[in-house]
Amino acid sequence: MGARDPMTTAYGSPVASRAPAPGGLAARGESGANLADILERVLDKGVVIAGDIRINLLDIELLTIKLRLIVASVDKAREMGIDWWEHDPSLSSRARGRDELEGREEG
Amino acid sequence: MTQAPRGETPRADGLQYAYAVVRDTGAPAAALAGVRGVAGEPVRAVVHLGLAVVAGPVPAEQFGEGPLKERLERLEWLERIARAHARVVDAAGAGTGVVPVRLATVCRGEEGLRRMLETGRERFTEALDRLDGRVEWGVKVYAAPPPPAEPTTAPTAAGSGRDYLRRRRAERRASQERWGRSEDGARQVHDALCAHAEQARLHPPQDARLSGTADRNVLNAAYLVPRAESSAFAGRVEELDRRSAGVRLELTGPWVPYSFVAPSGDDTGRAETRRERSGG
Repeated sequence: MGARDPMTTAYGSPVASRAPAPGGLAARGESGANLADILERVLDKGVVIAGDIRINLLDIELLTIKLRLIVASVDKAREMGIDWWEHDPSLSSRARGRDELEGREEG
Repeated sequence: MTQAPRGETPRADGLQYAYAVVRDTGAPAAALAGVRGVAGEPVRAVVHLGLAVVAGPVPAEQFGEGPLKERLERLEWLERIARAHARVVDAAGAGTGVVPVRLATVCRGEEGLRRMLETGRERFTEALDRLDGRVEWGVKVYAAPPPPAEPTTAPTAAGSGRDYLRRRRAERRASQERWGRSEDGARQVHDALCAHAEQARLHPPQDARLSGTADRNVLNAAYLVPRAESSAFAGRVEELDRRSAGVRLELTGPWVPYSFVAPSGDDTGRAETRRERSGG
């Protein structure tokens, strides 16, 4: 059957070590998140509200590059014909938009 | 001739960096004690209209428009403030609902912060109500790397040209099959986790240069889960990791629900139906 021992294989490493610690969000091991995890949240998510210092993050060349790096892997996947997330209306707002345009009813 | 060193007394009219919005209940004050922000500054909550914005004074030499644009071009600086920003958001959200504000939102003085609360009041309140008691879990699925391939040497004699092409075709087929399996694995993982979350969001797959992982990222998703169900959710991820051949799962969290601040019409109904069907 090949049930993998999570302690000895490179894959299937247990995520129990990441189980939530008591005390809530502040107890999370923040250093465990990789830079992409953090950037895609603090740069791209959360509330966008204009401060008094107006900067357009997309004008920042480095950020444009980094955001492009995030996007580039989607393009790479598409080149290989992998785009399942785009065709399932339950998964993709783009697919939903297409459905609306084509007048399909949502299930 | 004692004078408070410049910068020690926070100037109410200086630049203020905004991190997150919470309800004005007094709770954040304790959680923010000792927390330092993007410029190493102490942060506190500025209240207005029943809300509070967690903010800290930052020097114009770094966070004024020109200097800020210049510094954001430097990855080390960007990484430092991104991590500091996330730490403050986390601290603000300990035990209470919080709406994170995007990186590099800087206001002029506490007056500017109050203006921000006024402008966004409806949006903040709606999001706080909707996300109350919920956390975000990030799940990434990686395809197992291909086994080390035999080196495909160029053909050396006329007859081996066909063999070479045959071998290359077989390698391409095997690569596509691996992708197919990891696609299936990713979809199964996503479907399984959607049944145990209120909402889900798909993020673009992460590029290896940013994530530092060479394995191909085939699913990068965020799941909204009631805080009390976090342990159970983490357990399901672990279980899926064990059961899914050819892929491995990575869990991050709990996060403040960054990915769910923007409302989406469809998810709630579907997730609720799924939960009803599976018995919650």
